[in-house]
Amino acid sequence: MTLKRASLRSPLGQARGLGSAKEGVHHWWAQRVTAVALVPLSIWLVATLVRLSNTGYAGFVSWFSNPIHVTVMILLLGVSFHHAQLGVQVVVEDYIPGHGPRIVVNMLVNFVCYALAALSIVSILIVAFKG
Amino acid sequence: MSTASKPTATRAIGALPGHRPMSPHVEIYRMPLAAMLSIAGHRVTGVGLVFGLLLLTWWLTAAAFGEPAYATAMAFIGSWFGTLILFGFSLAFYFHLCTGVRHLFWDAGKGFEISDTNRTNQIVIMVALALTVITWLVA
Repeated sequence: MTLKRASLRSPLGQARGLGSAKEGVHHWWAQRVTAVALVPLSIWLVATLVRLSNTGYAGFVSWFSNPIHVTVMILLLGVSFHHAQLGVQVVVEDYIPGHGPRIVVNMLVNFVCYALAALSIVSILIVAFKG
Repeated sequence: MSTASKPTATRAIGALPGHRPMSPHVEIYRMPLAAMLSIAGHRVTGVGLVFGLLLLTWWLTAAAFGEPAYATAMAFIGSWFGTLILFGFSLAFYFHLCTGVRHLFWDAGKGFEISDTNRTNQIVIMVALALTVITWLVA
């Protein structure tokens, strides 16, 4: 911060109209909503992983022939990748200098997260319809 | 003196315009446990868990491709290296879960006192370790 001003406009006048410093409260709130949702969902995933660790392919297919299990899994995947995207975005904004690179990297993070979410959800649906 | 042993830290301070004092810098500041839990316990585990999601996606996609692909994925996960990775993910998951729940309490305005934070530090570590051990005993 420098005390020398090139303009006669006040600092407040210069800041007005530039919008908020970041993206507002939406990101923060979405991170909290997904976090709360993930508490039961992720514990369910761990229980599922433990259960399916030694049942083989047949056990996997039979577990996901239950529509409730498929639904919870899809919710978990969607919410997890959304939560991951929001979290990695903050890390990128904190550690990657420069406006341009930051936008590019965050765009890539978005693409990768939602592509993987789509892939994993389609995969579980394929298993569900097979079983 | 720290000037001789920590040249980088000295340079970091000296590089500031006008040699003004700066807030505690990670290079010279011994972080309290709560800060370590925030950086290592929450942020680093969070980034690590993104790679856990990659493994999860691989597992599910392999299942969709059919039994041979599923067997390949399970063979990797069941190997000593895969199990080690899985153990790391479980530890990271429970740490992220516990520090995350504490964050939600902080968001609600609860537990900000240093005495509270010192106590919840211990709870977070104990619960995360206990849940990891219990999970692997059951599995």
